[in-house]
Amino acid sequence: MDITFKDVSYTYQPGTPFQGLGLEHVSLTIESGSYTAIIGHTGSGKSTLLQHLNALLKPTAGVVQIGDREITPETNNKNLKAIRQKVGMVFQFPESQLFEATVQKDIAFGPQNFGVPEAEAMARAIHMVELVGLPADVLEKSPFDLSGGQMRRVAIAGVLAMQPEVLVLDEPTAGLDPVGRREMMALFTRLHEEQGMTIVMVTHQMDDVANYANHVIVLENGQLAKSGTPREIFADPAWLTAKHLGLPTTTQFAQALIQKGFVFDQVPLTEHELAAMLQAQLPSKVGERRE
Amino acid sequence: MLMNSKKIIQVEHLKYEYPQSNQHLALNDLSVEINAGEWVAIIGHNGSGKSTFAKSLNGLLDLQNGSIVIDGLPLAMETVWEIRKKIGMVFQNPDNQFVGATVEDDVAFGLENQGIERAIMQTRVTDAIERVGMTDYTKREPSRLSGGQKQRVALAGIIAQQPEILILDEATSMLDPEGRREVLETIHQLKQETNMTVLSITHDIDEAASADRIIILDDGQVVDQGTPAEIFAYGQRLMALGLDVPYPEKLKAALTTLAVPMPSEYLTTERMVDYLWTLHSKM
Amino acid sequence: MPGDSILHRMDPRAKLVASFYYIGIIFLARSWPAYAVLFVFTMSLVLISKIKLDFFIKGVRPLLWLILFTVLLQIFFTRGGHIYWQWGFLTLTRYGLLNGAYIFMRFVLIIFMSTLLTLTTPPLSLADAIESLLKPLKAIRFPVYEVALMLSIALRFVPTLMDETTKIMNAQRARGVDFGEGGLFKQMKAIVPILIPLFVSSFNRADDLATAMEARGYQGGEGRSKYRILKWQTMDSLAMVAMAILTVILIVLR
Repeated sequence: MDITFKDVSYTYQPGTPFQGLGLEHVSLTIESGSYTAIIGHTGSGKSTLLQHLNALLKPTAGVVQIGDREITPETNNKNLKAIRQKVGMVFQFPESQLFEATVQKDIAFGPQNFGVPEAEAMARAIHMVELVGLPADVLEKSPFDLSGGQMRRVAIAGVLAMQPEVLVLDEPTAGLDPVGRREMMALFTRLHEEQGMTIVMVTHQMDDVANYANHVIVLENGQLAKSGTPREIFADPAWLTAKHLGLPTTTQFAQALIQKGFVFDQVPLTEHELAAMLQAQLPSKVGERRE
Repeated sequence: MLMNSKKIIQVEHLKYEYPQSNQHLALNDLSVEINAGEWVAIIGHNGSGKSTFAKSLNGLLDLQNGSIVIDGLPLAMETVWEIRKKIGMVFQNPDNQFVGATVEDDVAFGLENQGIERAIMQTRVTDAIERVGMTDYTKREPSRLSGGQKQRVALAGIIAQQPEILILDEATSMLDPEGRREVLETIHQLKQETNMTVLSITHDIDEAASADRIIILDDGQVVDQGTPAEIFAYGQRLMALGLDVPYPEKLKAALTTLAVPMPSEYLTTERMVDYLWTLHSKM
Repeated sequence: MPGDSILHRMDPRAKLVASFYYIGIIFLARSWPAYAVLFVFTMSLVLISKIKLDFFIKGVRPLLWLILFTVLLQIFFTRGGHIYWQWGFLTLTRYGLLNGAYIFMRFVLIIFMSTLLTLTTPPLSLADAIESLLKPLKAIRFPVYEVALMLSIALRFVPTLMDETTKIMNAQRARGVDFGEGGLFKQMKAIVPILIPLFVSSFNRADDLATAMEARGYQGGEGRSKYRILKWQTMDSLAMVAMAILTVILIVLR
């Protein structure tokens, strides 16, 4: 299911003294099956854009096409549920949306709102707990008795239980420790690779962009500043640095190597890529022994 | 180094068990000594007892066992307020520690608690706000500040109180990279100006790298400690200890699998670049 | 409402006392000339505040039905003076009309004055004024300082909790909750997934805040000094004098 923005603008509280611009003439496509990263500063329009992906917001001008549904400023607020089921959205610090008495009920809450019978929703919850890597005994526990990291997994399980085609994630690893971050990112990779789920992720971690995404959208002041593959985006380190967006650590490290005198024919994005490029320019252990 | 300087924090045999935790000890016979002027990073995975340790130091938790001496003063009912004057703490959530209705009110809060005269308060507040670079925001409300700015205000509140010890309890973990950099810069500058003792509880590799010494906690006990160079040489093992692997170590691992010779000791980014260039020159 | 007029700069205590006093003396007025004086007085203050009249009229709107109802009650149920019209128990008399008009004026004047107070005084200053004015109650062990701090913290967290509510609502809408749809029962049910997370988060925040306050040496109102002080200026004394003169005029004109 592709999501396409056609000249989308969004103005907050139009016609009041508090009027503010969220998005301005944004056109872009998030292709089905892609792993899209959205980057930009706080206030660049990331969250506004995100809320258009499942019609929580409607454009004030332009068209958002979600699958075969077109959302325009005139679209009625009713009958948007089908979209919200297909585009699952995990907000920042999603653990704050938990409310049910047990983990199982909370995970089953979403599907039931979309008409899934209770028994089936509860069965899905059992499966989802396993999918997000939690032990089965949490099902009967209160979500509020879990650790912060576990609560976040429950919240994500609750969105996955809706069986969306697109999963939208707003800084899903914020505040987690390194192991938690790695496991979380591995989960999304699994969903992307094994189930072909489309992933859309807002992140500040350029390493994650380099390691996982295949499409990058850069926003600035509500406008689309750039879009392309990670390699295309990171090919111009000076541009990113000037915009204070940061670089993947590998790319940054490579900059230091280039200053020393190393030459690379393309921008390395991950440490394994850089290692491979370096190997060609460095003596190997075997070679050393021969000396 | 600071081997002979004054011990500002002396902690012996701390034990603490959270209510309803089924006798799992959050702190299990923990003993630590920290020198005045030292910057110590405390790392450990979630649930290792890091934050519990930090909160016990200024009497925010009732310990079951053990003794804490801060700047020569044993922690007890009678001394707890005196000790809290000596320790400034910045917590994780920027929003939940902002007490005042505006930046200046928040910075003044700690001083008001000590009953400091208004004239002195005014100069200290103005000065502290200036030192964290928030002068233009003096009358701003917290809802109009970024996370990094709120944490800087929290730091200003501590500067105004002039404590001997600064404790950062995952103070940068909820910030975006820009905010994290801002806050870390402010801490560095503060450390330079005041030579405060800094105790930072963190998962952030840059924060840990700034320390003189890293202490690793697990299961409420000190399991290891050393300089950042010594600890960072653990490479991939660091992950399990609650810290990201420093980039040079990641690259070292990747190059080692490709049979490129690598030294076993930890190399900083600069030294790694130099090492690779020297190696390249041998070709 | 940000602005910079004499009224904005006045001591919040003076404004608070004057506003309440004014609302009190409005009830002295029982004649057209008296109401004319009050009307001119209020409108001059509105002019001085440099705030658009729209904001004041907006203040009246939500109370319009209550005002109309009270006014009609006065008009049809007050007896006395010349009877213009009668139908069953409803009578339209001279006094009735007069009383209705007075009541209407009173409502409008009170609303204008309280709008003026809230538009020229930040909530925090009001909290300061309340604290300062309640100070004598310390003698009877009323926790004045704590109440003031509570008020100020509550005000400080209003925007935070508003953001939080929007966030949680969006998250639940994304999970398929319809707000404002279906019958009363369905709508009530839709509130639960907002209220519980909101309560939980508020308690967590309160807990964190208490810890942070304790760490910064907070141990109750005793022995605290104050950073934020209120300054009583000539203008404020003049305002009090103006109120006294107004009282005399009203008594003469009643």
